[in-house]
Parts: sequence; C-alpha cells; structure tokens
Amino acid sequence: MEHDDCKNNIVHRLSGLRIDMDEEELTAQETALYDRQIRVWGVDAQKRLSRAHVLISGLSGATAELCKNIVLAGVGSLTLVDPRPVTEDACNANFLILPENINGGRSLADVCCESLKDFNPMVRVSAEKGDLMQSDGEFFNKFDVVVISCCSSKAKKLINEKCRKRSRRMAFYTVECRDSCGEIFVDLQNYTYMQKSSDDTAECQLDFPSLEEAISIPWMDLPRKVSKLFFAMRVLDMFESSKERNPGETSISDLPEILKLREEMCNAQSVKDYDSLVPQSLLERLLAAGTKEHPPVCAILGGILGQEVIKAISGKGGPLKNFFYFDAADGKGVIEDISKPHAG
Amino acid sequence: MDTIEVSNLNRQFLFRQHHVGQSKAKVARDAVLRFRPHINITPYHSNVKDPQFNVDFFKQFNVVLNGLDNLDARRHVNRLCLAAEVPLVESGTTGFLGQVTVHVKGKTECYECQPKPTPKTYPVCTITSTPSKFVHCIVWAKDLLFAKLFGDKNQDNDLNVHSGDGNSQSEHAQDVFVRNPHEDLEQYGRRIYDHVFGYNIEVALTNEETWKNRQRPRPVYINDLLPDKLVHRNGYSEDCKTEDLTPSAMSSLNLKNPQDVWSLAENSRIFLESLRLFFEKREKDIGCLTFDKDDQLAVEFVTAAANIRASSFGIPLHSLFEAKGIAGNIVHAVATTNAIIAGLIVIEAIKVLQNDFENYRMTYCLEHPSRKMLLMPVQPFEANKSCYVCSETPLLLEVNTNTAKLRDVVERIVKAKLGMNLPMVMVGSTLVFEDGDDLDKDLAANYALNLDKVLSGLPAPVRSGTVLCLEDLQQELVCNINIKHREEFDEEKEPDGMVLSGWTTPSEKGKEVAVSNGETKAVASVSSSEADGDEVETTPAVPSKKRKMPKPERSETATENDDKPQTRPSRNLSDKKSLQEIKDNDDDDDIIVLDDNPETSKRKRIH
Repeated sequence: MEHDDCKNNIVHRLSGLRIDMDEEELTAQETALYDRQIRVWGVDAQKRLSRAHVLISGLSGATAELCKNIVLAGVGSLTLVDPRPVTEDACNANFLILPENINGGRSLADVCCESLKDFNPMVRVSAEKGDLMQSDGEFFNKFDVVVISCCSSKAKKLINEKCRKRSRRMAFYTVECRDSCGEIFVDLQNYTYMQKSSDDTAECQLDFPSLEEAISIPWMDLPRKVSKLFFAMRVLDMFESSKERNPGETSISDLPEILKLREEMCNAQSVKDYDSLVPQSLLERLLAAGTKEHPPVCAILGGILGQEVIKAISGKGGPLKNFFYFDAADGKGVIEDISKPHAG
Repeated sequence: MDTIEVSNLNRQFLFRQHHVGQSKAKVARDAVLRFRPHINITPYHSNVKDPQFNVDFFKQFNVVLNGLDNLDARRHVNRLCLAAEVPLVESGTTGFLGQVTVHVKGKTECYECQPKPTPKTYPVCTITSTPSKFVHCIVWAKDLLFAKLFGDKNQDNDLNVHSGDGNSQSEHAQDVFVRNPHEDLEQYGRRIYDHVFGYNIEVALTNEETWKNRQRPRPVYINDLLPDKLVHRNGYSEDCKTEDLTPSAMSSLNLKNPQDVWSLAENSRIFLESLRLFFEKREKDIGCLTFDKDDQLAVEFVTAAANIRASSFGIPLHSLFEAKGIAGNIVHAVATTNAIIAGLIVIEAIKVLQNDFENYRMTYCLEHPSRKMLLMPVQPFEANKSCYVCSETPLLLEVNTNTAKLRDVVERIVKAKLGMNLPMVMVGSTLVFEDGDDLDKDLAANYALNLDKVLSGLPAPVRSGTVLCLEDLQQELVCNINIKHREEFDEEKEPDGMVLSGWTTPSEKGKEVAVSNGETKAVASVSSSEADGDEVETTPAVPSKKRKMPKPERSETATENDDKPQTRPSRNLSDKKSLQEIKDNDDDDDIIVLDDNPETSKRKRIH
C-alpha cells in the first residue's frame, strides 16, 4: 500500500499539522468503508483524518463539494458557519440543498449540516452560529483546517491573520467560484516535510505567505505568465471591497468603474499594457456571472481543495503552493506560486 | 446491473449505508431526483451489452457519458456510439489520476484508435517454478492452488511442477488433491500443505539448471511449524455470532487486524483453518468456486498460501489487506478525483451539446503538476486511419488453414481480440457462423458443426488469400480479415497458433497465466450535471511521452499567443441557461442511467 509514497517520492515526517495519534486501530467498519482510499493514502493517514477538525465558513457550490469530499473521506469533525438564509439561487450549484429547504427560514449552515450528517455517520457535522469576523482568536483553536469562502477579501485576510496568531499551526484556505472560473488560496505557514530522492532523503521546508503578503507582492516582481485570473480576481476584490460587497455581487453595469479601477491598479503597479495583463473580456465574463457558479467547476474546485485538505491533515503528498486557478474556457487547472518577489 | 457495496460509499455520494445491495442505477436516480425533482431519469438495472441497448437505443441520445470500469464494455459502447453517430465522453480514474476524452465520429479518434494498456500477465514458469515477486505468489495461490482445490476440476491447471525429465509425476499428483475418505480435514489440509509447499519444492529443486543463477527455494513442511493439531476453540466461535454467516479463519483464530503481516506459523494456521472452513461450512460451493475478492474466506486462503510460498522463495510477506488488493485487482479510488473528473465530463458534455467542436479537449488529471498544470487539456486526436473499428482497413490473419478450427478463430480472434459480442462470420457470401440465442435449431446445429471444422474444410473453404468478413449486428461493426496461410507457429511466442496484424491488440493472452480480475462491478452512467461523482474508475491512460506530450505544447502556444480561442468558449460556457431549458422542456427521457455488470471477469493490469 505504500507504493504510492514511492511513486511521489515524498515522505512527510513532520506534517504541517500535528494531529495527535494514539495507538487505536481503525474499526472493522472503518476499514470496510474506507478500503479504497486506505489503498491510496494508508492507514496512518486515515487515522489522522479521523482526528482532524475542519471549519468551513461560507457555503457555496464549491464548498458544498468540498464538504462532501472531506465528510466522505472521514474527517473527525466538520463545523459549518453560514448564517445566510436559503434562497433559490443558493440551490443552483449546491446539491446539499433540497427544494423544500428554499425560504424555509433556516440558515445555509443548518440546512447543509443536516444533509451532510447523512453522508457519513462516522463524522460529526455541526453548524455554528455567529460571525467569524467578530469571534475572538480562541474560537479557531479547536480547528486543524479553516476554509473561508463567500466573504470579502478583507474578511479573509483578517481571519487568515487570526489563524496565524494561534499557537497551534493550522491550514488555511480560501476558495471562490465565479461562473466557469475558480481560485483557491493556500496558507500552510511553514510546512516541513521529507523529500526522498533516489538515494537520499532531504528535509524540505515550504514557507507560505499570508493572504495579505501574497497579494501585496508587486505585480512586476511576480513570475512571468502568471494566470490572468490572478490579476482579474485582485481587481474584482478591490472593487468589491471599495463598495463593501461580497464576492460576485457585481453586474456588467459595473464594467466602466471596473475598467477605471484596472487602469489605476495597473498604473500603481507600473504595468503599461492593461489589457494583456487583465483582459477586458475576462472581466466582462466574471462580472456578468455575478454570484452564479458553474456546477461542474464547483466539482473541480471542491475536488482539488478537498485533496489539499486531506494532504495537509495526513501529511502525505507535496502541497499545492499557493494559488490554484481553473478556467473552463481553456480547461487548464494551474498552480501559481505567488510567494516572494522574483529576483530580477 | 451493478449493486451498491460498502466500499463504494467513500466516494459514490448518492449512496448510503442502507442502500447496500440495491441497484446503483435506481438509487442514483432517486437520489438525484431529491435535489432536482423536475428532470427525467430512466434507470436500467441491466448489462450495457444486452441486445436491448442496440444502435436504435443509442440513437435517441445527444451524448453518451461513460463511467465504465472495464475495457470490454468500453469497447462495446464505443462501437455503438460510432454506429449510432452519437458523441461519447469517456473517462476513468485511479487514485489521484484520471482522464476525460471526447470521441465524435468523423471528427476525433474513436476510443479504440489507440492501443490500450495490456493487462499484466506472467509467464507460466514464473508462476509455477520461479516466483520473484509477491504478485507471482498471489497468482499461484489464486489461479492455481485455489482453483485446483475449490474450482472446476475439469479445468487445465499447471499447479504440479514436473521434474526435469518430465516423468510421470502428474499421474500420481492428480490424486493428491482429492480428499481421502479416511482422513479428517486437518489431516487433509496438512497433506495438501506438505505436497504444495514441501514436496513440490523438492521436485523443483531437482531441476539444477533452474537454480544456477537463482536463490534456491526452501521447502516448508507443516510439522516444522505446527507440530500439534490445531485446537478448535468451539466456545469462541459460538460467542462470535457472525461466524456462521460468513465463516472466517481470521475470526476463528482471533486475528483481528487485516493490516498486520502474519508470521509463517500464523499463515500456516490460517491456511489449515480456511481450508477446513471451506469443507465444513461451504462444501456445496466446492467445485464451482472462482476467486472473489469479496469472499473473506477465499481472501484468507489465498493470502496465507501466497505468504507461505513467498516465505519459501525468500519474498517478503504481506498483510491480508495488501494481498486482497493485489489478488482482487482493486482499483484505488477517492472522492476528490471522482469529483474533478465528473466536473470535467460535464464541461465536455456541454461543449458536445453546443456543438462547440473546436473546443473539445481531452483532459488529464495529474498527481504532480506538469508545467504548472494539475489539469492538463489536450486537443483531441484525429482518427487513426488504420483503426479497424472506425475505419474500413482490413486486418491480416496468419493461420494454418489446415489445422486451425473455425472455433479457434472465433474464440481467440473475433471475440477475445476484436471484442465482438455476437459475431457473424462470412466467407464470400456464405455465412459459416453466427452467434445468438434466437437462432433456428437446424442452423445452430450447422454452425456448431462448422466450429469444429478446420478453416480449409468449411463449406466455403478458407485458404491463403480468402477474405473473412466479420460482422456484429448489435455493434454494427463490419471488419474484413485477409487470410494468409502459414504452416508453423512458435508455441512460446505465438501461443494462439495464429497472428493477427494490422492493428495493435489491447490484450495479449499467451501461454501465460493471466491475472484475472475479481472486480465484478461496472457502472455505465449518464447523469445530469448535478449528479456528478458517480463511479468512474479504471486505469487511465496517463499521457505517454511519445504520443500525447507534444500535443499540449501546441495547444498551449495556440492559446497563449492568440486570445481568440480563449474568449470564444467563454461565451458558450456562460450560456448555461439555454442548456438548462433544453433539458427542462424536453418531455422525453433525456437522461439515462445505465448500469452494467458483464458476467465475464476482465483482466486488468496489476499495477
């Protein structure tokens, strides 16, 4: 079963998350249910999963897919936060919502929690009330993984900083799906692992910047050919922040202002050719989509992010560093390392 | 035709524990209707190769989405899609790897244009005499020893080794496996044990030539390990209520963890105990058993036997969990890869429905990024002009027309190699053979006679230069084979006694022990975009350097330097509404869930 490790030649000695392990064996029920995945990542990884606590804030099509994936995988507990009411739109890409839940007066977190409990009785799923922005840092102490979606860039940065200040290291992720495009951000702080080459084993360390640090890197210092989506998302973030809107609360009528903002941002970054860095056509697409998510893209984002969460918990497999983009228009799923200024 | 198993539940999110045993197609339909009540879904709990799923059946669809788990069914559906001219979106996953491809007649290659990875097979002598890997011991335990003891007694079996001079060991050995009426099950088990792990190894050791450059195996005898009779703790088994439902040597010997690697003595005890339990609790199964990875007792027996043999040959021992994976050819599967692949399937299906041919892509899901990409799109390839499935290029068969029987050609070539389901064989205008259940009695008798005739002795004789015309009416596949007579064939290299060329075969079977696959489930599913995540497991063809890697280079430069292809699909893709409307307004059953479980067990590669 360990041949997968040999294949990727990576063995993690100190996984980013220190999840307590005891000697307890998996039950026969767990062994039977998780058989096919234990063959992929091994018994130890499965035990770590069953002791991990995951917080997901913001329930969208993409995070619903993520929830499904990690509940099926068998994490210890999943806590959901999303006080928004269940609207018809919410049901577009989120299969956890049944038609009878629409306008039923319950929160998205409650409705999704109820659905998810059914997926795997061995996972504790709960819904938490309240606003993460207001919650003190203590609240985050009980989690190994925090995933934030459906909120402003400002809120994401704030929560990211709160998590970083905890004494216990946790994995932090954000994800947004805008129509047929998606973005994932990963912050594992400093992640140490052993990389095995043909005859030698070397200790490797990855340093992840915070969200704030990553998006503050001057554009001119970034590697060439960074996905245009990275820049387009920053323009939209900036626009939405200035209007105090949530992601996707835009329409095509915002285009003139967005284009103006693009120009300003590009000027500030000393970028001359605005349209080749942030094409207007791409902005139009993202604006027109509004908060709509394309369901198959949610499946892809939820799949990629789910795998990253499982990797961080199990300490198996080199992590994605530190942005992921998918665009159904060209079909590419690309990793961008946006961590420090590139020399020269 | 597949039903839900516990091991499906870690990824097939439409199914719950209480659905175990029920039809996948039916449960999937009900589950999807819960969150999308207004769509039409028709479940078929049947085999996709059934005659009811003919070309007319396939013609009613705009697209077919395959989620099959075996090559045979995939080839069959490919042919029906070609015949019905319906686009096919094909997919598969293994662990973190997966791929989605699009096949449209006249526009792209078909599923069979390129040879598929061949199932791993091992030379007979490696299995019977010179194993060097654990898998060799598994194949021996499963396909030889297990088959010999519990399977069809009339089947050929290479279990007994012959000494160098090929004396008459086998005559005597035939009786060894039959239980002597005077011996109890423990005595019988000990005798079998000593014969296969002790005596047979001693015989093999007399073959000095074999061990010149190899480590000599060590014969193992039961008395050296377990000198005393096993004590059956009857009290214990009474406590364990499940034992009567599913007899298990592990539970009667109180070995709990399937992840543990047992010692040689423990394996020996499991061997004796599982053999005893087969005779005691499952006597009626004996004689007709084939290895099934879901049969706990069979897995225990095979694990123990493989480990004892491994120990004898100095090969590291393995746990039951690992042995089960190897013996059952279990495909690694996780929810995340299935979600990604399901998403990619829907993206391609939408392009197919929008006739957006220029933007069709084959997409590979990789475990490690290649040029920053985890999901790598590649432009589809053109059809292979020499593909016998989607072009009319004839094949060439070299065969001894004076000794080869029509049956040999039908079994080894037409069915095994060309994957025809219900073939007809014509020589000129004479029909010499036809397969099917509803044939006229006289006709069927006539065909049966023909099967046993040599090619040159058929009513329409087949000789060098003759063209055989093969047709499968269900698959609507016609294929011509030019016959070339040849006298001699190399027994080792050309074990079929005939050689087919003009196309690369997907599965070579020789005078070799094939690793038969215990996997018995298969799903073909066509589902709505919301119902993604259904089973899509198989061995994906990871992009090979030779054929596939140069392509993305081109597609990348095309999209990087030219903005047009990037903007065009975007409009199509964001135009979801129209698609939704088509679906919702269509009163016909436009979404179909097909379920399939071909009885024939398929061979798959082991790793």
